[in-house]
Formats: sequence, structure tokens, C-alpha cells
Amino acid sequence: MMKKLGLAIVVGSALSGPMPLMAHEPVTPLIAQACAGCHGQSGEGLGAVPRIAGKDRAVFIATWEAFRAGEKPATIMNRIAPGYTESEVAALADYFSALRAEP
Amino acid sequence: MTRLTRRSFATFLGASALTLAAPATLRAQTGPRLLVIGGGFGGASAARFARMAYPEVAVTLVEPWPTFITCPYGNLILGGKQTLPRITHSYDGLRARGVNVVQDRAIEIDADAKSVRLAGGAVLGYDKLILSPGIALQWGAIEGYDEAAAEVFPHAWMGGDGSQITNLRRQLEALPEGGVVGLAIPANPFRCPPGPYERISMIAHYLKQANPRAKILALDAKEGFSKQGLFQDGWAELYGDMIEWVPGNLDGRIVRVDTENRLFISEFGEEHRVDVGNVIPPQSAATIAIDAGLADETGWVPIDPRTFAARAASDIHVIGDATIAPPMPKSGYVANSTSKVAVAAALSELTGRAAPEDPVFFNTCYSHVGADYGISVVGVYRVTEDGIVETPDSGGISPRGPLSDLAEQRRLEAVYADGWYASITRDMFS
Repeated sequence: MMKKLGLAIVVGSALSGPMPLMAHEPVTPLIAQACAGCHGQSGEGLGAVPRIAGKDRAVFIATWEAFRAGEKPATIMNRIAPGYTESEVAALADYFSALRAEP
Repeated sequence: MTRLTRRSFATFLGASALTLAAPATLRAQTGPRLLVIGGGFGGASAARFARMAYPEVAVTLVEPWPTFITCPYGNLILGGKQTLPRITHSYDGLRARGVNVVQDRAIEIDADAKSVRLAGGAVLGYDKLILSPGIALQWGAIEGYDEAAAEVFPHAWMGGDGSQITNLRRQLEALPEGGVVGLAIPANPFRCPPGPYERISMIAHYLKQANPRAKILALDAKEGFSKQGLFQDGWAELYGDMIEWVPGNLDGRIVRVDTENRLFISEFGEEHRVDVGNVIPPQSAATIAIDAGLADETGWVPIDPRTFAARAASDIHVIGDATIAPPMPKSGYVANSTSKVAVAAALSELTGRAAPEDPVFFNTCYSHVGADYGISVVGVYRVTEDGIVETPDSGGISPRGPLSDLAEQRRLEAVYADGWYASITRDMFS
């Protein structure tokens, strides 16, 4: 679990060059913190906001791209999706797919 | 900053002695010290994130109130859709995570000594400071509007002990049949740009049932406002002619209030008699930020947008409504989003972790216009050489159009707004 998490973080910050050895891994990569405000710190979802933790990586990306293209009905995800690059979406998919699917 | 009172001199001596006597070993045992001032959307999010992501760091949170009452969803109390207990949050969840929550008011920052003095007399040292102090209301900026006047014409623009929003709700319940509710709304910038208009909506939602002949007179210092088209569509659809909004160029700016005669007086001298008055006065960064010399002549705090370090003090990261960070709004979500980048930037050196290089900030502001009627504005923000910019071709407001076409969109946005509230308060307090 922590190894997978670490991988997601390395992918997420691959843009920022070499990283020092880390004593503790951040819980959620910074890029995914934006999602936490509605979907929860671990993507657990709450109320009507869907759970995204444990979502299959390919499905996560395909869903995102459908939102980006306006091909999937949405209230706000169609406005959010175009704001992120493909590599950022890949980092988000890495992170959320590595989390447990069940609460 | 250089004035040495007896107390701060003693602290200075104490701190020096400790530093001399206890080099790296003690530091390693106790870990770096992060001090967070303010337990709202910025500060609570920062403290929680710091404990989760940097467990080796000792986190102290200073907050004067024993519980936090959110401004978001406060308007729903006016609309009869929420109650005060349901928007009141305990700091016990943060305590359980190991945050040292100190209930006191921070009154003075000594950036040179890296310490903060509290009203109760204690002085807290820090390695890094996250300052999320919120706003100060500009008493007297509207002539006659001071703390005493706010008991008659509540502002209800700070959570505090909840008495302001409760006062306003009580007055609405006592409004004479067919009476006038007046709102005075400030120029930009101010806390929560769509807030006054959600408030108008929620007051109308209540009056439509309880007092349908009542009128809402919204007197605005501005010519336009956040999500204006969406709000005005909703007002026309749901509330007919109950709401009159007067922009600044039509003499909407209120410059004086007379609580005895219940008058709002405009720039050009027109007197509006109101049965219930809600004055949202002009604002600045909270006093502690101004006293510490962190604010500029506008009264707000300039920051480095990549780290949220104050331009005037690199070890103090300022987040939330007190900052100058356009085009991002002064919203709870922005405070939450930026808090994590600020913590990561503040702690990178102390913990040997990578600093965030290309931060992405995120905002969604939901507003409730009526029952089952939500609207939103979304923004994804990045830092360029021109400062903070909205990511092109993304974000923006909910679609406009006739309610018959968009009823499901509006209903879902109201439901998702509730989900947002539950999630973000969990991200602050659990």
C-alpha cells in the first residue's frame, strides 16, 4: 500500500526533478488534494459525491477524458476536467486506483 | 518588532538559552514546530494536513473560539434549511490527530524572534508559521456602523459565536407583514463573493413561505457580481418581483446607517427605511496580519503565489481570505486548497522533502438559490510569470437557460453542494 502510494507520488512529481529520500510519504499527493474537497481525503466519497478510491486506472482516465470532451453527462466535472493535463490525470489515476475500493 | 517588553525579553532569553543548550539532538526529539494561527478553512485544513503528511512535525493550532461555525451554509439558516448546531464543528478530531489546540487569541507576531504572543500571556515559538487569520470588518467605513450598530443591523459575516446569524434569523422571523429587508453589500474585494447573493436568495426562500408580500432591497456598491446571470435567472424564476438589486452606478452604495431610525443612506443621500437591515461592511485582513506589518496599503497581505510565504516575512505563510491572490476568490475552498501547498512549502526545508514546484489550486463555490436549486463556479488555477492565472478553457459557471431545461442540473448541484460541505468540513476537522 505505502509502496504504491509512493509510486503515485513519484509519478506525480516527476516533473519536479530529483527528490530527496523521504522519511514519510505524504498521505495524498498535492495534485490530488483538489479532489479531497468534495470526494474526501482518500477518495471515499460522501453523500451524493461518488467514491473514486479504488477505481480502475484505465476507467478513471477514460471517464476523465469523457468529461473533458463533454461526452459524459456532468454538473461540474465537465468544467473541472479540461483544467488538468494528461500527465496530471495519469497521476490522479495512479493514486486513486491504488487506494482500497471498499470503505 | 524590536521593542523588548519584559515578557518578550524573558522569552528571548529563554529561547536563546534553549538554542544554545540544545542543538540538533533535542531538535530531533521534538521535531520541527509548525504553528498555525486560525482554525477556519485555511488553518484547520493546514493543521490536519500537516499531521497526516508530516507526522514528525509538532503542530500547534491557536484559535480563540472553542468551536468553529462555518460561514458557508450560514445563509441556509436564514432560509430555514440548516440549523446552527449542524454547521458548528469541534476541534476534538484535530486533537485526536495530535494537534495541540490552544484556545486563545494570538495578538502579536514577532517575526524576528519567531514567536507569537497570545492574549492569555503565553508566548509560543515556531520554526514555521501558517497564518490563516481571516478578515477584520472595517468599523466606521460605513458611517455609523460600529459594533453596537451590528446588534441592530447584523453583518452575520463572521462565524464567531453564532450570535450574528441567529440575530438576523430572529429579525427575519419578526419582520412585519409586507416589510422591507435591506442589505448593504460592499465593493470588491471581500470574503465570499457570491455570499451576499446566496443570502438574498435564502432570505427570499424563507419569506416566500412566511411573509410573501415582503420585499428585499439589495443595495450594492458594485455594478456586477459573482454568478450574476445565474442568480438573477433564479430570482426571476423562483421569487417574482420580491427582490430589487440596486447597483453602485444607480446609487446603490450605502455610506451611512442610522440604527435609531432604521435607515440606510446612499452616496447621493437617498434614505432607505428598512425593517430588517443586514450590513456587510468593507473588510481587510485580520488585525494581527496588519499589526505584524504583513499587509500592504490595501489592507490585504501580498504573498508569493508558489509558496504563500508573506512577501514581508519568509517564515510566515499566509493563507485564506487575508491574502491577495486574484483571480482566486476569497473562498473556503481556496483556503483549503492553498493550505496544503503552503504547508508543503513551509515544511520542505525542515523535513528534507521536495517543495511543491508547480502548484495547481482549485476552487468550487456552490450557492443555493432555492430548494433543490444549486449553482456553482469552478476554477483551476496555476502560477505563471504573470502570477496566478485561471487554466484556459476550464472552469466557469453552471449553464444558463430556462429552469424547465435545467431542473435536474440545478437539483444535482444543490445535492452536490451538500456533499461538498460534508467532505470539506471532514477534510478540516476529522
